[in-house]
Amino acid sequence: MYITGNKLITGKKMKEPKQMSVSAIENGTVIDHVPARNLFKVIQILGLDRIDNQITFGTNLESKKLGRKAIIKIAGLYFEDEDINRIALVAPDAKLNIIRDYEVVEKKVVEVPDNIVGIAKFMNPKCITNFESVVTRFKVISKKNVSLKCHYCEKITNQENMQII
Amino acid sequence: MKHRSLVSIDDFSTEEILRILERTKEFEKEPTRKLLEGKVIATLFFEPSTRTRLSFESAINRLGGKIVGFSDASSSSVSKGETLNDTIRTVSNYCDLIVMRHPIEGSARFASEIASVPVINAGDGANQHPSQTLLDLYSIQKTQGKLDDLNIFMVGDLKYGRTVHSLVMAMSRWNATFNFIAPEELKMPDEIKFYLDNLGLKYYEHNDFTDIISKADIIYMTRVQKERFSDPIEYEKVKNVYVLRNSMLKNTKPNMRILHPLPRVNEIHQDVDDNPKAYYFDQALNGVYTRQAILCTLLGIN
Repeated sequence: MYITGNKLITGKKMKEPKQMSVSAIENGTVIDHVPARNLFKVIQILGLDRIDNQITFGTNLESKKLGRKAIIKIAGLYFEDEDINRIALVAPDAKLNIIRDYEVVEKKVVEVPDNIVGIAKFMNPKCITNFESVVTRFKVISKKNVSLKCHYCEKITNQENMQII
Repeated sequence: MKHRSLVSIDDFSTEEILRILERTKEFEKEPTRKLLEGKVIATLFFEPSTRTRLSFESAINRLGGKIVGFSDASSSSVSKGETLNDTIRTVSNYCDLIVMRHPIEGSARFASEIASVPVINAGDGANQHPSQTLLDLYSIQKTQGKLDDLNIFMVGDLKYGRTVHSLVMAMSRWNATFNFIAPEELKMPDEIKFYLDNLGLKYYEHNDFTDIISKADIIYMTRVQKERFSDPIEYEKVKNVYVLRNSMLKNTKPNMRILHPLPRVNEIHQDVDDNPKAYYFDQALNGVYTRQAILCTLLGIN
């Protein structure tokens, strides 16, 4: 990502801002329709900050559906459904384009899994997961509004009360 | 699974619950049997609960088992900073079954996953207390002769009372109708109502404790706890509204029985105690038999 620092230029006539384009990739995955505010959570969940592949992303792009969306292009990487569904919690509307030789060969949508293991932490201060070293586990009660039941404290919660680990 | 634990009432199928109730009946007939001879049961009470602990220990003693454990966390290695993980792994080596009470929600599930022996949840914070639910079910079945199609009234703190939540969930297996009587601040949580809606079961909510109890088969009383109220004036307003008195029982059904998980403070007036419809002390006795049945079931003893 780079920032066009137009607003920092004072006293001079501002230049036309450069059109930022997230360039096309030859092979890899494009993740579109990520809510802009959750971009970095998606990066974290998919471990994109720990790989060597070329990644470009744009954020705060206009979207009719989401208001502001982000898009991520990862060169030379394809995801298993099971892995990609891990972002369902933070980007339930995300769409994946699988690119081979500059062409979209497949489109996928993210599906909320039945169980969510080790991604989110529940902010119930009295839940054992906040005291002992234990992998969090949630059963998805409703996929539409993403409400989850903690395997341990058995409380039902929604995204508002959760934290991505 | 390597062994069976009892963490939440939902861990047991309806058949398993009924089987435990049958066994409870057998223990009621003959409570002193040496079925746990040679067995060591750990009772780990990370927070004090005299009633539950004594009930379990009485059940174990009547079956000839031996008990190791502690009755509050200050006298255990927790005060030295040991994790629950380490305590459970260690104690697993010393005993055949763990009975555990802990203030943190989900602690019992966690313990059951790391222990090499069965774990009975004797209360994990505001979450579950399944042996209480089973003894409530036994008391209902015994006094009503059945579990099906009963009209259950619940009164008092329905928001925080875990015993009422578990009992609602459990009784929903037998097509119960529920009436919830509580102040606005302590109403039954939406979560539970949602659960009943999904099953298509009927429930009614009331703010006033009136003559409607004439329809009840069971009145389940709970304590309205002062510490639950953010505004002490609110507590003062409601604390005497949800008191059951003998005079209110005149028009109630002959089969109706009053249950209470105890301890009681003032929500059931003492003038009710001698009414044959008062069942709460018998209910506490049923707790010993129920726990005998649970212990033997989890240890695979017939």
